[in-house]
Amino acid sequence: MNAPVKPSKLIKGATGDWEMVIGLEVHAQVTSHSKLFSGASTEFGGEPNAHVSLVDAAMPGMLPVINEECVKQAVRTGLGLNAKINLRSVFDRKNYFYPDLPQGYQISQYKSPIVGEGEVVIELAGGESATVGIERLHLEQDAGKSLHDQSPSLSFVDLNRSGVALMEIVSKPDIRSSEQAKAYVTKLRSILRYLGTCDGDMEKGSLRADVNVSVRKPGGPLGTRCEIKNMNSISFIGDAIEYEARRQIEILEDGGAIDQETRLYDPNKGETRSMRSKEEAHDYRYFPDPDLLPLEFSEAYVAALKEHLPELPDQKKARFIAEFGLSSYDASVLVAERESADFFETVLAGLANKSRDGKLAANWVINELFGRLNKEGRDITGSPVSAIQLAAIVDLIGEGTISGKIAKDLFEIVWQEGGDPRALVEARGMKQVTDLGAIEKVVDDIIAANPDKVAQAQTKPALMGWFVGQVMKSSGGKANPQAVNDLLKAKLGI
Amino acid sequence: MTDLTSLTIAQAKAGLASKSFTSLELTDAHLSAIEAARALNAFVLETPDQARAMARKADADIARGDGGPLAGIPLGIKDLFATRDVRTTACSKILGNFVPPYESTVTSQLWRDGAVMLGKLNNDEFAMGSSNETSCFGPVVNPWRREGSNTTLVPGGSSGGSASAVAALLCMGATATDTGGSIRQPAAFTATVGIKPTYGRCSRWGIVAFASSLDQAGPIARTTRDAAILMRSMAGHDPKDTTSVDRPVPDYEAAIGKSVKGMKIGIPKEYRLDGMPAEIEKLWTEGAAWLKAAGAELVEVSLPHTKYALPAYYIVAPAEASSNLARYDGVRYGLRVPGRSIGEMYENTRAEGFGPEVRRRVMIGTYVLSAGYYDAYYLRAQKVRTLIKKDFEDCFAKGVNAILTPATPSAAFGIGEKGADPVEMYLNDIFTVTVNMAGLPGIAIPAGKDSQGLPLGLQLIGRPFDEETLFSLGEVIEQEAGRFTPAKWW
Repeated sequence: MNAPVKPSKLIKGATGDWEMVIGLEVHAQVTSHSKLFSGASTEFGGEPNAHVSLVDAAMPGMLPVINEECVKQAVRTGLGLNAKINLRSVFDRKNYFYPDLPQGYQISQYKSPIVGEGEVVIELAGGESATVGIERLHLEQDAGKSLHDQSPSLSFVDLNRSGVALMEIVSKPDIRSSEQAKAYVTKLRSILRYLGTCDGDMEKGSLRADVNVSVRKPGGPLGTRCEIKNMNSISFIGDAIEYEARRQIEILEDGGAIDQETRLYDPNKGETRSMRSKEEAHDYRYFPDPDLLPLEFSEAYVAALKEHLPELPDQKKARFIAEFGLSSYDASVLVAERESADFFETVLAGLANKSRDGKLAANWVINELFGRLNKEGRDITGSPVSAIQLAAIVDLIGEGTISGKIAKDLFEIVWQEGGDPRALVEARGMKQVTDLGAIEKVVDDIIAANPDKVAQAQTKPALMGWFVGQVMKSSGGKANPQAVNDLLKAKLGI
Repeated sequence: MTDLTSLTIAQAKAGLASKSFTSLELTDAHLSAIEAARALNAFVLETPDQARAMARKADADIARGDGGPLAGIPLGIKDLFATRDVRTTACSKILGNFVPPYESTVTSQLWRDGAVMLGKLNNDEFAMGSSNETSCFGPVVNPWRREGSNTTLVPGGSSGGSASAVAALLCMGATATDTGGSIRQPAAFTATVGIKPTYGRCSRWGIVAFASSLDQAGPIARTTRDAAILMRSMAGHDPKDTTSVDRPVPDYEAAIGKSVKGMKIGIPKEYRLDGMPAEIEKLWTEGAAWLKAAGAELVEVSLPHTKYALPAYYIVAPAEASSNLARYDGVRYGLRVPGRSIGEMYENTRAEGFGPEVRRRVMIGTYVLSAGYYDAYYLRAQKVRTLIKKDFEDCFAKGVNAILTPATPSAAFGIGEKGADPVEMYLNDIFTVTVNMAGLPGIAIPAGKDSQGLPLGLQLIGRPFDEETLFSLGEVIEQEAGRFTPAKWW
């Protein structure tokens, strides 16, 4: 993303403008039944040390065996990121001592990752988009968990996570604002969830990010970066970046220098603090893991996975725009979450006339349904109105059986009580009156009853609205609004 | 029934089949021999109850005509192999009383075929050593002595317990492992036959790792035929070890006695070291002559990168070891020496748990993998390794079937004689490490004695997965040289 920097992305300091340079390393837990190198379960929330094989506990003489499912998921993710898939990659050992790292090394990929360069298109405010480069994606083992609060004098270790497969997805330093960083993680998460390669559950730690932040004068040489470790919330990522950039600018403007270090973000205080300096950084002594042969697969293997890739958010968005004439914004809203997109697709599938009512359906999903769900703090997966019910409501509007206004009442009934919308319309007499004779009678009655208003309307055409209101009121909202308008115009002579 | 211990595996199989004796009798004879030979310190754990139970089962299987290829044959197991419910320590204090809940693939295949476990055999701590002096259980004594001397000699290492026990008739055969010569050098020091198969031929699963890219299990036995019999049970593909190779296991015993006529035997000029004892030189020439007399053709070959093999080996092996041994941290099993912090606990545990040689290699390995040194040491050593491998490939491409070399630069030396200078000890592996670096099969065959009456061995190096040729050629040497048994003094 080498587009010129827009002034709005710069931060004002005492000595002028500053530009942030941000890169992210996202750790995404691979969706798979068993761990990267052992058959143990990856299920979340088991009793401590319930999902630990002899390999995960690093018993003497145990050997890792690659789980092909994890390899597939990494390749599929690479394809989803439009990235180069490396047909040969190598597992390395990253050596360090920690109680939750039973082998004394993490099996990772250092020099030869499974996936190379790719890119992600991110959505920004105002319908803008930008491209963030992907440097690489590699597979590695997760560590276990140290529990420090179980005993006053001892730490306990839970190895359930030990050996679970992670994809580390490293972006290029293409990001220039906290908004972009948040948009990037949001989009990446969305792609992973569409692919089904990571559940993206940040609360459970399935998706975590290390954020590298530096600042510089616009167009100037890169500054020294700090790495903020282990962020598991998109909004915290934004807050941490904002804080960190301002902290660095303050130091630089006071004539100081930035120390390259690893920092932690404290969401309670809203600030980052030093975790360890560059001098304290580990020497990981990477070397190729002699227990594992280089990972090799064929072009055909990749092609077969590519063929079965699901439609991803960008493709879906483009299709929605092309097929149904949705605005870029509306299409983005619909595809942002896999569940929303799936819901909308089901609505579409249930429509009698998709090409006529697709856009109407989109409006209903976005405005009525999402609006109502948001208001009640509910999730699309727990929507009281099903996609099929919503499709029926949209059908009823599209075919002219009910008006948009009645449809809102119908929606409310379905939301509250459930039921088949078409049957409800019948049973409760909500059908729109399109019988011109019947409407004309109402119109005539209103005109006859209000001669003064009729006279005024000749000079004040805005009174038309009052007449429409009266007609709708006395028809119980069921009169076809277009017909009412046409008749009134003709009869009032406006 | 002490006679039973002097049988070969092939003879014992015949005797068991003909009901001349039972496995229980055979097993008891060995258990008595072990008890009487504790001075050798070959066994670190005797498992008589288990041995008798396995023997009884083997007898029942044989009676039903259902005995496996090793039914009733009593073996010793190097303490590097994990044995279910039986203490496994790699002869290191750091594993303490570790009792694995699992069985190594190699040993489980031996039990599958009916073999009987007599106990666990001594070795150098984590298989690091060439004299079996680094074991936390103390040194193993070689049953061989210099003529007219009472000096106790080392059996070689790291499979010193295996070699000593087989030579002293304490077990009919033994498992061993070889990372730089740990099967072949002790075999040569004790007049036993030891083969390190091609890398990937035997599963490494359940064997305490020293250097993963070099470690390979193999048997030590009293004859080439016995080694071939054991190999067949030990070898095979294991999905739990991705470096093990999926190809059929041949009937190695069928290679015994097969003609070697027309085979091309390479004599590498680089193995003719300056200052090599004349006796070794003579043995080598003699061995070559025997093979020639059997119809093989001798050709001088060149393995130009041989001189870099030992230094490169002492970078690669410690590098891998430093990482493989990181798991012994006092957290989950084995020794834990408390400290005020986790760091101190690690330091205390590892300082007390590892012996000096292991500590030395962990430090060398850590150093050569460090930032700034990796390229100069580890990467260069790997390049050397590639060149060594290519030397052999070039040689085999010219039609050479096997390469004949001495197994060791000397006969067995005295306990404590070579403790001072580690490099002097490392030089023991000078003829054997190239084979590990290239991943090739190598066999050590007893071929003669030195002037002091100590055994000397020759080494044959084969093409990848051509262990059969080594057995055929080894048998020729064995037939010519005869068998060597130490005079019993213990």
